[in-house]
Amino acid sequence: MIWNETKECMSRDEMTNLQSSRLVKMVNRVYHNVEFYRKKMQQMGIEPGDITGIEDLNKLPFTTKADLRDNYPFGLFAVPKSDIARVHASSGTTGKATVVGYTKKDIAIWSECVARILTMAGVTREDSIQVCYGYGLFTGGLGVHYGTEYLGATAIPMSTGNTEKQLNIMMDFGATVLASTPSYAMHLAEALEETGRLDKIKLKAAIMGAEPWTDNMRTHLETKLNIHAFDIYGLSEVMGPGVAGDCIYHKGLHIQEDHFLPEVIDPHTLKPVEFGEVGELVFTTLTKEALPLFRYRTKDLTSISYEKCECGRTQARISRFKGRSDDMLIIRGVNVFPSQVESALLNIDGVKPQYLMVVDRVGNLDSLEVLVEVEERYFSDEIRELDKLTKKIAKVLQSALGIAVKVKLVEPKTIERSEGKAKRVIDKRKLY
Amino acid sequence: MFVKQLCVFLENRAGRLNSILDILRDNEINIIAVSLADTSEYGILRMMVSDAQKGKAVLKEAGFSAMVNDVICIKVSHKTGSLSKVLDILLAENISVEYMYAFANGKYASAVMKFSQPEKVAELIEKDGIEVWSSEEITSMSF
Repeated sequence: MIWNETKECMSRDEMTNLQSSRLVKMVNRVYHNVEFYRKKMQQMGIEPGDITGIEDLNKLPFTTKADLRDNYPFGLFAVPKSDIARVHASSGTTGKATVVGYTKKDIAIWSECVARILTMAGVTREDSIQVCYGYGLFTGGLGVHYGTEYLGATAIPMSTGNTEKQLNIMMDFGATVLASTPSYAMHLAEALEETGRLDKIKLKAAIMGAEPWTDNMRTHLETKLNIHAFDIYGLSEVMGPGVAGDCIYHKGLHIQEDHFLPEVIDPHTLKPVEFGEVGELVFTTLTKEALPLFRYRTKDLTSISYEKCECGRTQARISRFKGRSDDMLIIRGVNVFPSQVESALLNIDGVKPQYLMVVDRVGNLDSLEVLVEVEERYFSDEIRELDKLTKKIAKVLQSALGIAVKVKLVEPKTIERSEGKAKRVIDKRKLY
Repeated sequence: MFVKQLCVFLENRAGRLNSILDILRDNEINIIAVSLADTSEYGILRMMVSDAQKGKAVLKEAGFSAMVNDVICIKVSHKTGSLSKVLDILLAENISVEYMYAFANGKYASAVMKFSQPEKVAELIEKDGIEVWSSEEITSMSF
């Protein structure tokens, strides 16, 4: 099934024409409504008239997460505040969140994109989707929820956590589709297996997103739950989940290209890579009203293919992600930068201790352990004092990162320093 | 009244305790009493040694977190109930024990103790004639 055949199966020429005309309009609108971009364009000596189609895309400036942060909270919005129907936010690297906004039309387009991707995964109005992404400032929960409703399926808005309740609802309400992070899906599958309830569920598909996963995990999940598992990709700055998703052939994720214009660049030279080569994925939004972005650098490494898919769709497809061009980690679906850990630790008493983040996957759930060297100023002759210190660090990190952190005190000088700079992260998960 | 105690932080890893003992041996620091308080992740090694300050310096040199602090070392006779007799006096004043360890030397048994209110304990020791070891006596102990 294809939700919007006109848009998802158009010829390359039709698509580039549509993208070009949308881009021209969008650049005009942004130039006149967003001071940040107007100034940037003026500095670069370009005017809206210089952009006549997607072949002029590389004349436009890039946008980074730092630009959004610098314009916190609403500085990049292109519409009056009264037109903003909703805001979302993602955690920032220095405590300030990255805020994104949507008009009613933006939300309608978002819902359309999610509906396309759900349909790509075989979801119909007959289905009930258990949404286990967080509802709130995070785009995951509400994004998939609105797409589910728009499609006409039934949304079961569970949000995250409380595994036992999730399983009971899944069985009692007869959920047929699970939307969650792949690691949480594994966790649910394991819990079902342990309690002998695997045959009590009606799941047929799972829509997995918000964190990278491997083909091995997909196979494992599909076998264990007897379902088909699909990828959904998105990022709040560009929209949220629904920017791209994969079909039953699993030959890459179809980008909703009529709304998001993709490029792949070399993260060092910022020039486009050769066709099919791996580089950093960059998106220009084509239809977004509230927060239109020029060439937003996702920092996700992938390659693009423009061949028609066996499923009939002609949209550009991105390959499984090959990693990140920055040091961001995704832990239990939450974006974590080592610099957040660093500034949180600095806040404890103004002096940064030596630390090491160890990310692992234990029983299908990600864990973050932070090793902190017990320098003399932290040391005490009483276990109770050291326990207090451990709990205090854990609490500070947890509130800064939004995920549970296990803190382990280690001896001074035991965290490896290489060439004067300590290694800050060990990721034991093999996700790319 | 107070005696110096040497404390060292150590992780629960094979060979850590031994490397501390090696350092102390190489620097001719004698251990008179020792206790290891352990949790699942780490431990605190607490010791009475012949030279606590030097012990701290050499351990720090080797990269360990070490500190010297004041504790009280009570003399207890080898007689049933003598430690509880001392603790009864302190408990009556609402003083609690943070930690303790014991060692025996000749005529006496000895209890190294850290209390919740060390100053108050010092007063009680004076008043009630509780016998304690002095710093000099401890550091010169050898068996």
